[in-house]
Amino acid sequence: MAIPIKDIKLPEDSPKELLLDKHVEFIKRYGKSDDDYEFGMSDYLRMSGMYWGLTALELVDKLHILPENDVIDFIKRCQDPETGGISACIDHDPHLLYTLSAVQILCMYDRLDAVDASAVVNYVTSLQLPDGSFTGDKWGEVDTRFSFCAVATLALLNRLDAIDVEKAVSFVESCKNFDEGFGSRPFSESHAGMVYCCLGFLSITGRLDIVDRDTLAWWLCERQLPSGGLNGRPEKLPDVCYSWWVLSSLTMLGRLHWISAPALKRFILACQDVETGGFSDRPGDVADPYHTVFGFAALSLLGFDSIKPVNPTFCMPQHVIDKLKIKHQLL
Amino acid sequence: MGDSSSDDENAWVFYKDRPEWKDVDPVPQDDGNADIAAIRYTAKFKDVYDYFRAVLTKQEKSERALQLTKDAAELNPANYTVWQFRRDILKALNKDLYEELEYSQHIIDEHPKNYQVWHHRRVLVEWLKDASKELHLTELILNDDAKNYHAWQHRQWAIKTFNLFENELAYVDQLIQDDIRNNSAWNQRYFVINNTSGFTCEVLKSEIKYTLEKIKIAKENESAWNYLRGLLLHDKEGLSKNETVTNYCEELYSSGNRSPFLLAFLVDMCDEQVSQGGGDMRYTLERAEELCNSLANQYDKIRTKYWQYMAEKIKNKAEGKSEPSPPSDDS
Ligand SMILES: [Zn+2]
Repeated sequence: MAIPIKDIKLPEDSPKELLLDKHVEFIKRYGKSDDDYEFGMSDYLRMSGMYWGLTALELVDKLHILPENDVIDFIKRCQDPETGGISACIDHDPHLLYTLSAVQILCMYDRLDAVDASAVVNYVTSLQLPDGSFTGDKWGEVDTRFSFCAVATLALLNRLDAIDVEKAVSFVESCKNFDEGFGSRPFSESHAGMVYCCLGFLSITGRLDIVDRDTLAWWLCERQLPSGGLNGRPEKLPDVCYSWWVLSSLTMLGRLHWISAPALKRFILACQDVETGGFSDRPGDVADPYHTVFGFAALSLLGFDSIKPVNPTFCMPQHVIDKLKIKHQLL
Repeated sequence: MGDSSSDDENAWVFYKDRPEWKDVDPVPQDDGNADIAAIRYTAKFKDVYDYFRAVLTKQEKSERALQLTKDAAELNPANYTVWQFRRDILKALNKDLYEELEYSQHIIDEHPKNYQVWHHRRVLVEWLKDASKELHLTELILNDDAKNYHAWQHRQWAIKTFNLFENELAYVDQLIQDDIRNNSAWNQRYFVINNTSGFTCEVLKSEIKYTLEKIKIAKENESAWNYLRGLLLHDKEGLSKNETVTNYCEELYSSGNRSPFLLAFLVDMCDEQVSQGGGDMRYTLERAEELCNSLANQYDKIRTKYWQYMAEKIKNKAEGKSEPSPPSDDS
């Protein structure tokens, strides 16, 4: 029975070289043109937008083209004096997602001194529930994404001791499915984004031993489609951001070489926008900073010389992780 | 379509021009000086949020503020502060929560992939202690997108919290009939059985029968094969000693079928027998090598490296050695 596999076909005229300069321009200009009304960044996730853009720039050694002090000043003003958490925008409510983004940016600039780090630690600690899981903010829901954000933030601040790690691990373990993948909560379907979060979490807590390495790595390899791109779940379309999540997960498991690197490279390069610069989820779609940083990061893991080595666990330049001596486990 | 005043762009009256809002001073967003990931606001967006910030600052819990949160949520349903403040007002004004439940269905229908709208829904259901509409709501959403992760998450939560398992297996069966490759539905099948009967001997037997029938219809269906593996995790004898399964696989193979998932399954059966012993002469090292070869060179070429690894791993097991080391060239 011939049911076609859900996939895309790369257009013949897709770009085949990395358009580095165009991407730098794209990041620099992003949000400043009137076209960006529709597709532009929203204020509620600006801190993450900054992290994507700045990380992309640092990966190609262009962080200096933006004034550091304005960024640091912005982050300072996003720290909530009451809870210690950091928000997406000045005077917004803090959230774990933006707290991690902010701490990642500060590490890149080596400017952790700019915020009250112990207040950040208190904020993260306050979000752990009795079963070991984390919520994203004081009202929000439980999700393994937040388990990752919590331990990543604390590890970057060298304060993993501030939470109950053992309980946190057992919650993440309870989200492991029969196919060896992970979902957002117990019994939620396996999803490459959550697999990345859970493996990242286990990498940071040094507990990668709880996964069946080869079975999970095979599930991850199965995400590669004939187009070369990777999807996030069976029967979904390939996407540059999933390509990163799967690839970084395989890297943490020491199984990066199991997929076809040339095919994936071809797919990611085909997702570049030759006119505006930047990467999109799939060839021909609108480019954005999110897919641009993950495109860079994936190409870095695939060994592109013009992009600095990226750390698979933190999605940050490796030299930053080395300099700060952040402990984490890779198989 | 929610609030009539926000329906028609032409009829839209800015808050700053509404006499009933004359007493309020709008509070503009402070974007700092950072020149990255800039935000573009439309005039309408700025107007609504300037007034939202004003009522939030004053903690004005009034009818007009409630209406304003609706406009703010429709412009950006991901803004969690808007939803939280809306709930505060609902409580303070003692509003009819069933009316709000209806409104939340409308907004979920418009933004089915938004975290915050689903969270709002969940809080309302918790407040009302009434989940009688949740199965219907999630079915509506899954009609449009049978893999919507948020809808499945919400559905699982409602089922588990309010014990709504009764007809769920029938629903799952319907979904699998509609789309045999719907991985979310297969995952839900596991969730239901695990939380009701459990995988007893009888259940295991009938589930294996069910799954093999589905594989017969679509032999290259990753979801069904993965589910079969999941089932056999509950078989004390392991993967390779269930006669129904082995006979089925062998018949399929003899008929000339070379689905990569069938071959992969046979490889794993060989792996199990080689490492544990078991005496089934069909599952030997030689067979594993032959299967891995044909997968690597013909039926699953994109994962050549994985199949080469598996062949070597099984060979090493047969010879009593440890697992092969990854190649040193990349990763
Ligand atoms: Zn994407």
